[in-house]
This record gives sequence, C-alpha cells and structure tokens, in this order.
Amino acid sequence: MTSLRPETETDLVDVVQNALAEKTPLELTGTGTKKALGRPMQTAATLDLSGFDTVSLYEPEELVITAGAGARLAEIRHLVSAKGQEFAFEPPDLSRLLGSEHAGTLGGMLACNLSGPRRLKAGAARDHILGVAGVSGRGEAFKAGGRVVKNVTGYDVPKLMAGSFGTLAALTTITFKVLPRAESEETLVLEGLTDDEAVAAMSLAMQSSCEVSGAAHLPSGLAGGTAKTLLRLEGVPPSIAYRRDKLIGILGKAHHVIGPEDSRAQWIAIRDVHPLADGQDRSVWRLSVPPAEGARVTAALALELDARWFYDWAGGLIWIDVPAGADAAASAIRTGLREGHATLIRGSEAVRAAVPVLQPQGPALAALARRVKAAFDPMGIFNPGRMQEGV
Amino acid sequence: MRMPDPDREVLARRERIVDDLRAIVPGEGLIAAEDARRVYETDGLTAYRQMPLVVVLPETTAQVSAVLKYCHQHRIKIVPRGAGTSLSGGALPLADGVLLGLGKFNRILEIDYANRCVITQPGVTNLAITQAVQHKGFYYAPDPSSQIACTIGGNVAENSGGVHCLKYGLTTNNVLGLEMVLITGEIIRLGGMHLDSEGYDLLGVMTGSEGLLGVVTEVTVRILQKPETARAVLVGFPSNEDAGKCVADIIQAGIIPGGMEMMDRPAIHAAEEFVQAGYPLEAEALLIIELDGPAVEVDHLIERVVEISNGNRANSCRVSQSEDERLVFWAGRKAAFPAVGRISPDYLCMDGTIPRKRLPEVLNGMAELSRHYGLRVANVFHAGDGNLHPLILFDANDPDELARAEKFGADILRLCVKVGGVLTGEHGVGIEKRDLMPEMFSEADLNQQQRLKCAFDAEGLLNPGKVFPVLHRCAELGRMVVRGGKLPHADLPRF
Repeated sequence: MTSLRPETETDLVDVVQNALAEKTPLELTGTGTKKALGRPMQTAATLDLSGFDTVSLYEPEELVITAGAGARLAEIRHLVSAKGQEFAFEPPDLSRLLGSEHAGTLGGMLACNLSGPRRLKAGAARDHILGVAGVSGRGEAFKAGGRVVKNVTGYDVPKLMAGSFGTLAALTTITFKVLPRAESEETLVLEGLTDDEAVAAMSLAMQSSCEVSGAAHLPSGLAGGTAKTLLRLEGVPPSIAYRRDKLIGILGKAHHVIGPEDSRAQWIAIRDVHPLADGQDRSVWRLSVPPAEGARVTAALALELDARWFYDWAGGLIWIDVPAGADAAASAIRTGLREGHATLIRGSEAVRAAVPVLQPQGPALAALARRVKAAFDPMGIFNPGRMQEGV
Repeated sequence: MRMPDPDREVLARRERIVDDLRAIVPGEGLIAAEDARRVYETDGLTAYRQMPLVVVLPETTAQVSAVLKYCHQHRIKIVPRGAGTSLSGGALPLADGVLLGLGKFNRILEIDYANRCVITQPGVTNLAITQAVQHKGFYYAPDPSSQIACTIGGNVAENSGGVHCLKYGLTTNNVLGLEMVLITGEIIRLGGMHLDSEGYDLLGVMTGSEGLLGVVTEVTVRILQKPETARAVLVGFPSNEDAGKCVADIIQAGIIPGGMEMMDRPAIHAAEEFVQAGYPLEAEALLIIELDGPAVEVDHLIERVVEISNGNRANSCRVSQSEDERLVFWAGRKAAFPAVGRISPDYLCMDGTIPRKRLPEVLNGMAELSRHYGLRVANVFHAGDGNLHPLILFDANDPDELARAEKFGADILRLCVKVGGVLTGEHGVGIEKRDLMPEMFSEADLNQQQRLKCAFDAEGLLNPGKVFPVLHRCAELGRMVVRGGKLPHADLPRF
C-alpha cells in the first residue's frame, strides 16, 4: 500500500487535496501502534504523520507543551519528567496488550482519548488538551483552541479531536497542559475482598477527603490467589501519612501499605493493563460504567461467560477478557450495561469487522455524529468507518 | 453592534406564533405582554438591550422539544437563557426570536454519593448544587463569582470558571453528562454517571457553545469532598514583575494552589478603601495565594510559598491564622468589582487570558493605552491560569467615554492575542467579543467552527448573531473546491 509521509503543513494539504481529487481514502497513522484499535478499514493509502514530531514549545512554568502529533509519547514523557512534570491523566502504554512495540505518539493518544488510573481525579486526555492545528478532510489547514490553560474562545474543537480516531482531521501540532508530578506516593492495599466489598470500599474512599488518586481492584484470579484492592495516595510525604491513617480509620479493614517504588510499579501495571496482557488469544473489552455499578455488571457477565476482569476508577472502568469466538461475546457484554459503554480494545480483524467496536448509538445521536464527521470530512477520506459505519 | 436583520415575515406573523406557542406552553409559561417581556431585554452585559418577539418558559423536556420543533418548522430564531448573568451578551434577545427561558427547570433530580454526582435540571443555580450536598461535606467545584444567581445550564453554555480553576478545572472538567434537545426537537443524551462519553466528545463541544448548538435540559455534574482546611497568604510586591516571577516559581516548585489571585495598585487601593481588608497600600502588586487540603499539607506548603515569596522581593507577607482572617484576605478581592464601581460611575470588565510570563509587558501596554484613551484601568488577575480581568473605568452618560472604553477594551484583547493569549478565558464571546474573533482565528478556522455549528443547526436558528462575526449559509460553507487531479510534490517520499 502507498504510504505518504508529508513533513510540512503545505505538503499535508497537498496530499489531502490530491486524495480528494482521486477519491482515495487515507488511513491516518503515527507509528502504527494502535492500528488494531477500531473497525477494520478499506483504504488505498496510508497517511503517515510521524514526520510531525518536533517539540515547538515547552514552558514548564506555564504548564504547557506544544509538539507534533507524531512525537513519541515516551520521549515527551522523558522531556517533561526532567522538569518534574507529567501528563496528569496518566496516558497508558498499551503495547503489551496490543502486541505493539512502544506506547505510540501524542496524536494516537489523543485520537483514542486514552487515560490511566488518575482519570477519576484528574480527567482524561480530553481534559488536558488546549489546542490543535491540522488539516481537515476538506484539505484545509485550520487551528482551534490556544496555548493558555483557560480559554473559552470559540467551540472546544480540540476536545472533539479527543477520541475521534483520526476520522475528522490530520493533526500536525497539539498543545497539552502538563502538571507537576507528585513528590511521593504510597498505596494502601486491602486483601481478600469480594468484588462487591471492594467496590463499596473504593466508593467510601472516594467519598472521603483523602484525595485518593487511584482506586483499583484485582480479583483473586488476577492477583496470585488473594484479591487486592489498591488505593493510591500522592502528594507531599506528611500529607500522605496523614491521609493514609485517616483512610485506614475509615475503611477499618485488614491492610498493608506499599512504598513509593512498588506503588509506582503497581500502578503502571494497572494503567497498562498488564493483568490481561498474557492471554493473546482472548478478546479484551474496556467498559466505562457508573463506578458503584461495577461489581453488578461483572457478576451478571460471570454467569454467562468465561471471563477475567479487574476494576480501575473505583469500579467505573472494567477491563475484561473473554474467549475470542466469532463475536467476542459483544451482545452479552453490551446487554449487561444499564448505563455506560463498552469498547473492544483487543480483537482479531475478523471480530472487529463482525461486531461494533465502539458502543452503538441511538438513531438521533448516530445521525448527529455523521453530520459532525461530514462537517470536517464530507467525502469520508480520513479513516472511513473506523468508529462506526459511515464515521 | 450589528445583529442579524429581523425577518419581517416572522414579525408580521407574531400573533399567530404567540398563539401556537401558547398551545405548547400554556398559562404563565408564555409571556407576550410588552412590560413583562421587558424583564428579558438584556443580560449581564447591560449596555445592549433588545425586546424579544415573545418569551417562553417551558417546564418539561417535552415542551422544550415541541417549541424547538415548531420553531424549526417555521424558521423562527431562538435565544436560550438561564439566569441572564452573561457578561458577554450571550442571552441578548432578538426582535424576531423566541426567548427560551429555562428558569422553571429548577429541581435537583438525584444526588448519588456512591457515584459522587448530582443530576440536576439546568435552571438550578450553581451555588444550590453545593448547598444540596454540603451537609455531607461535598461541593461542586467551579465557582464563578455570580454563583448565587447563575444557573448550571448557563455554566454549561459558557464553560464557566471561577477562582479555583487551575486546581479543580472549569465547568467542562466537572460535567459528566447532559440531556439536550436539538433544533429539530430530537432529544439526545451525552455521557452520564460514567466517565468519558462514547463516540465523539460532543459533551466537550456542547460545553462552552454559548447556546448555539442545542438546549440543555438536564446536567450530571461530579461533586467533590470539600478540602479539610484552607489557608491564604497575602503578599505585597514592589513591582508586577516580582509578583509574576513569584507565581512562576511557585508552580515550578510543583505547587498548585487552590487559588492564586493578583491585583494591581489601582485595584488594591479601590478594594482597600471599600472593605479595609488590610491590604498593603505601598505595594505595586498583591498576591493572594490559597492552599487547601489536610492541615498538615497546607502548613507544609505554606512554608514553601512564604520562602518563595521572600525570595522574590516580597515587601510584606501575611499568613492567615484563622478562618476569619482568611476570609478577610479574600474580602477585598471578592469586592474588587463593586469597589471599582464606587470610584467610577461605570466600568467594563474584560476577560482575556495570556501566557503568565507576558504579564508585565501586557500591564505596561495597558498603562499606555490608558493614557491614550484618557481612561483609568484596574486589574484583577487569576494569576495561576493567566486569566486577566482589566476593569476599564468610564461614565456611560458620556457617549464618547463609552466609545473610548469599548475601543480600549478591544485593544487590550488584541494585546492578549498578540502575546499568545486568547480573547476570553471564562466569560464567553457572545456579542461582546464577536467582532474580534478574526484577531485570533483565520477565516478558515472560523469557517470550520461554523461547519460544526451546521452539523447541529443547519438553518442557523439557535442564538444567531453571537460568537461569529460573519454568518455564512451552511450550503455555502459545505461547498468544496478540489484542486485538479495531478499529484503535487512528486518529490514527497512514498513507500
């Protein structure tokens, strides 16, 4: 397949204009680590955006970084880490889960709106995006948002790019807010809780003023025989010590505490979905539900399916794997959701062609999504059908 | 300020339209009488007034849907309105438009502590949400200064902020879900009690869309546990540069205060005369830095903030020793607007955001403009996030002063954009900054935003005349010119 790799905005405009003239749809890619996310597509050429990889602005004291959409996430992490900063939404590195080589690019991170355990306190990629520049599916260069952390000038088009899977625009540069990394962290571990008990304990922890910045539960099967409920505290050491004691008082359950280094490793494993990374023959779903409903959702699924799962976001995020089969149990999984959505994160091309990868939408919302797509890409030239049919 | 020309046909059909709408929203929910309509002729931007065609105050989502569907069918414009506190004229009526007030949507529907959220109707005030959950120690974080009056629906429309944004985010970071009605009358739900809405982030697009995309009929917000303690430091500096440097150093040190406010000399003096908060009158710039969290954390961080302040030539530094004292520190800042109102018959409140380090340059530029226009200016500043609120002092009874004040304001916003900032940090574009949009965006940028509008409202019936300086028909915006079929840049690598 032809691969086009422009390195300037002018060249990118030309590439898109040409694709429009020839009516050849393009598959947008950075470094290809998330190629297996979304529905399979029929495209004639690849639009490789990895050439847009420079950091054009990083001002730690202004909490802002502007970089090319093709910049590697690992390199950006390294750069801001040297100044004691980070992306507060903890973008995951799904390479072990997806069998790819590295964490991918900034553009890919934004296109999938990825976030990690701190999502429940600090928001997702969409909460930290400040501005974008790129070329629409009309072949026109545009920009939106800005480079300051507080801005309501015009529609929040940068947010629309979050989770749009490259179906609206080929981005060249992205501006994100960065924040100071916590000085230290600890994790309180409760052992042997059932899913119900764990979700209740995590809810109590989140209702306290202890500022828990990660709340996950690994059932016994994924935690070496004894279930573990993990509650992370971050900040300055005297504050962590105070909140840890307070939290123990509130929960009053058997526990132990893990120190900064082990805590960091533990949360990277949760963030990057390591507990389910081994079963490469199984399909992996990501469910976003009201947190207090987490255990109810899995209990219903366990009756029907050979499933393994763990919880993040105090029960609001469920990572679950099932035998691949022909449809990765899509209908069983989606029928069990009263509210929320299920996304197939790891599935063979055949499965991803057979079932909706993203949650299907009602007719009015689906029609609106198609009109939004057409507003940016009326000919359907960017990643056609990657999210839903026609989007 | 030029608004779209009224549709004469709609004006001529007024009686019929009123009757039809009365069939949808009966009784006191429809206001046609002139004196009763007059209540709605302006919002928080009182320099502009316009009587609406008719005022409709629906009570149910079904009524909102029916009103929108009717207006869509008959090509009648709609201006949605919450409490009417917009400072940018977002709810300014149209002579040929229905003013759709959401004031009767005033109930909180569900409080769910286990999921830490509140489901509310849009006409509930911002503060009422906090009041409904504070007995359990919770609060709703965004706190625009109009929070006793402004509604959560209006907050969604404007993506409202407040003094705690840097740490706790704007409205958009605290809204989890919406129920809304499209101009066609279709009802859709975005997000909910779960995190991240599926598909395109239309929740993000709706927040801050200034009533141009749809009418919100239900809002799900997240609530947080109130920090255990808060303490404030009041620091005076000999120059704006020193204060600005101090703010940068605090953030560089990894500290994100709950609030960090700056005032310049004229604002310090106006506030001190008004409330006697004990502000240092010899200071050129004043910072109020508030830390919140457990007492042990606050005490630890306050020590570091004091050290950093002293390292930046602070000439006075006081740490609040009691809750009363903390509130006194804030009293001056919170009274800054009325305090300025006391020393001038009128004032214009601007709302640009700048990269913080450009502050001294922007303040110097403002001083020059102040001399040029012969008008005084006082500055309060959300220092943490770079959001400036210059207050331009003038007398509205002198038409020349009003004109000069508006020009002065526009020049300040141009200056903000020039240094890498934006036209509005939290008040919205509305009509106030509409004609300045080309300072920040190219025609292509604005056309792309209007195409997004077309996806929601193809006939341009929702709140037209706001945000965009030039209105284009959607058909015209949709047209595409594709350059010939020959492959440009044959030298591009293709492999």
